[in-house]
Amino acid sequence: MTPKSRLHIPQPSARPGEAPDFSYLALSEAGAVKRPDSSSPVSKIENLASELVRVLDDDGKAQGEWNPNLTPDQLREALRLMLLTRQFDERMQRAQRQGKISFYMQSLGEEAVSIGQGMALAPGDMMFPSYRNQGLFIMRGTSLVDLMCQCLSNTRDMCKGRQMPIMYHNKKANLFSVSGNLGTQYPHAVGWAMASAIKGEEHISSAWVGDGSTAEADFHYALTFASVYQAPVILNVVNNQWAISTFQGFAGGERRSFAARGPGLGIPGVRVDGNDLLAVYAVTQWAAERARQGGGPTLIEHVTYRGGAHSTSDDPSRYRPKNEWEAFPLGDPVKRLKQHLVNSGQWSDEQHEALKEELKEFVNEAWKESVTYGTMTEGPKLDVRVMFDDVYAEVPEHLERQRQELLALRGGSE
Amino acid sequence: MSQMTMIQAVRSALDVMMDKDPTVIILGQDVGYFGGVFRCTDGLQSKYGEHRVIDAPIAEGGIIGSAIGIGVNGLRPVAEIQFADYIYPGLDQIISELARLRYRSGGEFSSPVTIRAPCGGGIRGGQTHSQSPEALFTHLSGVKTIMPSSPYDAKGLLISAIESDDPVIFFEPKRIYNGPFDGDPNKPAVPWSKHPGGEVPDDYYSIPLGKASVVEEGNEISIITYGTMVHVAQAAVHKAGISADIIDVRSLAPLDVETLKKSVEKTGRCLITHEASRFGGYGAELVATVQEECFWHLQAPIERVAGWETPYPHAFEWDYFPAQDRIIASINKIMEAV
Repeated sequence: MTPKSRLHIPQPSARPGEAPDFSYLALSEAGAVKRPDSSSPVSKIENLASELVRVLDDDGKAQGEWNPNLTPDQLREALRLMLLTRQFDERMQRAQRQGKISFYMQSLGEEAVSIGQGMALAPGDMMFPSYRNQGLFIMRGTSLVDLMCQCLSNTRDMCKGRQMPIMYHNKKANLFSVSGNLGTQYPHAVGWAMASAIKGEEHISSAWVGDGSTAEADFHYALTFASVYQAPVILNVVNNQWAISTFQGFAGGERRSFAARGPGLGIPGVRVDGNDLLAVYAVTQWAAERARQGGGPTLIEHVTYRGGAHSTSDDPSRYRPKNEWEAFPLGDPVKRLKQHLVNSGQWSDEQHEALKEELKEFVNEAWKESVTYGTMTEGPKLDVRVMFDDVYAEVPEHLERQRQELLALRGGSE
Repeated sequence: MSQMTMIQAVRSALDVMMDKDPTVIILGQDVGYFGGVFRCTDGLQSKYGEHRVIDAPIAEGGIIGSAIGIGVNGLRPVAEIQFADYIYPGLDQIISELARLRYRSGGEFSSPVTIRAPCGGGIRGGQTHSQSPEALFTHLSGVKTIMPSSPYDAKGLLISAIESDDPVIFFEPKRIYNGPFDGDPNKPAVPWSKHPGGEVPDDYYSIPLGKASVVEEGNEISIITYGTMVHVAQAAVHKAGISADIIDVRSLAPLDVETLKKSVEKTGRCLITHEASRFGGYGAELVATVQEECFWHLQAPIERVAGWETPYPHAFEWDYFPAQDRIIASINKIMEAV
């Protein structure tokens, strides 16, 4: 037999009905990876792109040089923010099922990547989130009512009824507008960071994509520009194993880690346990320190698992084992941080349950208030006149004419 | 006042704006040390520094995408795309991001990017260095699309484009970079110094976006055009010995409907010409507008003279180019109509 070329079609390790298998996932022991100086040259730290930075071990103990030594207050705050994000998701998921909003995307299981990085950055740092980073909005204090009203496209919608649910922004909190086009925010973040450097400011930016979107050209543009200009930016890849129904192998994750895209371009790549809040915090701190010292960009791959469906329009039971998340070796970020706090005597099951109840009530109250501004089916409605605003800085003549034309029609029918 | 080519006028606009507004920066391939393949940024890097005139990797999507981020962070980027034919890798960033950022964020975020791109044929550029893709951009809500036809207009309009808080796609017809061109490649080149449009103030001035220019007045027919074709149409009209309003649209979007309307109501006849292919071209929008606004004044069907519906061919450049003979044939057809 002479060898023949063949077309390789990546296959996930398990399909529905099969036993979950994460043997493909390269893991390191908690505390095993050394923390190099943040000014180390890329060539000396390429190991970070294939090993896995972990702080919390299986018993919830913080291990090794990457331990950011957060105070108990900081840890409890991180836990609260993750729980709040999860409660918010749970309520909004239900709202979609009740027909109150058209669409929703949970971040179940991925809360630590947003909360951990958010806490490690400074308020003046600009974030360019993807669609599963609601945790960033929550940790930077966006009111839940504002987030909910955006999903409701109601009279208090920050987007004035122009975007699908979850496409938030918060300019005051330095959170960029979420786009429905994947990966486009990556070059924006690099440009923002370039401008920061041009102006001589110390603010950095961070951007987020999923493993699937790393295949987009924008990912590669951004890495090239970030490397060329040594832009002070943190580029995050949230590898949650699944892009709707295609596993991360379809984005090219079978042979090299996503973090390894970095060193090829002269950018440090750091692979981190994305379900370990302490590790996410620590690598962010490292990358931010590097960027602020003129060391340029860092690519961080957060290894995590999409605990829920891609969106409310998706049914993952058709393409992956139902119990895959339970088998995921890096567990649940909320449980792991809770375990850490409980084991160190800073938290208890009772406190945890009480906090959950309190947050649930808080979220429910926010929902009650939000619907007073209208839902898709009832209550006050957005004034359709806003449809013609903000296309340009000032409303041009032709749009004013079209607005009047529509209003005349509406006036005629009512 | 100086005699300037369109290249010098573009450079002068950039220079004036960089001097006036420290937030203006330039980004593009070869724009820095070298000064651009067409020399539009020559000398600007040595004057304003490497942080304000930045050579970019060969990645149009990256240039436009990063320019958006630069604009969001308070600077005013002018991105150069070396040829309009190369703008396509950046289309998603223009269409889905740049054009709609203000709208989608409820007016909170915006990025005042100007994208300059040399366009059009007649320079032996074949299918990848000759295109006129303006219609792709005039179809978008949220960007303005401009194409000047003289050095004077180029400078005044580019200054307005840079000052605009809205994104602007600024096409520069490269065939007329160094002189007006009447469509006859066999004639000796005419320099801008022989044309009134080559007289350009050295200092700041601006021409508002959204206003057409009537470059020649007449009463028998209205010729609506822009870019290189302004000069071709003028020559054709003179050769045909007809009295025509020649309207240079200049601002393709937003469109100055009033000026078109006033002219066609006066002449009752209308010819539209552009270099880009005919089907789905910008001329279709002009025809529709004139028809809607001036139907009862029209004495003849509106004619379109445009590039053939083929790619821009290298060897048959002058068969493709909508030259004077085709314009004259259409003028005659319109004038012969009852």
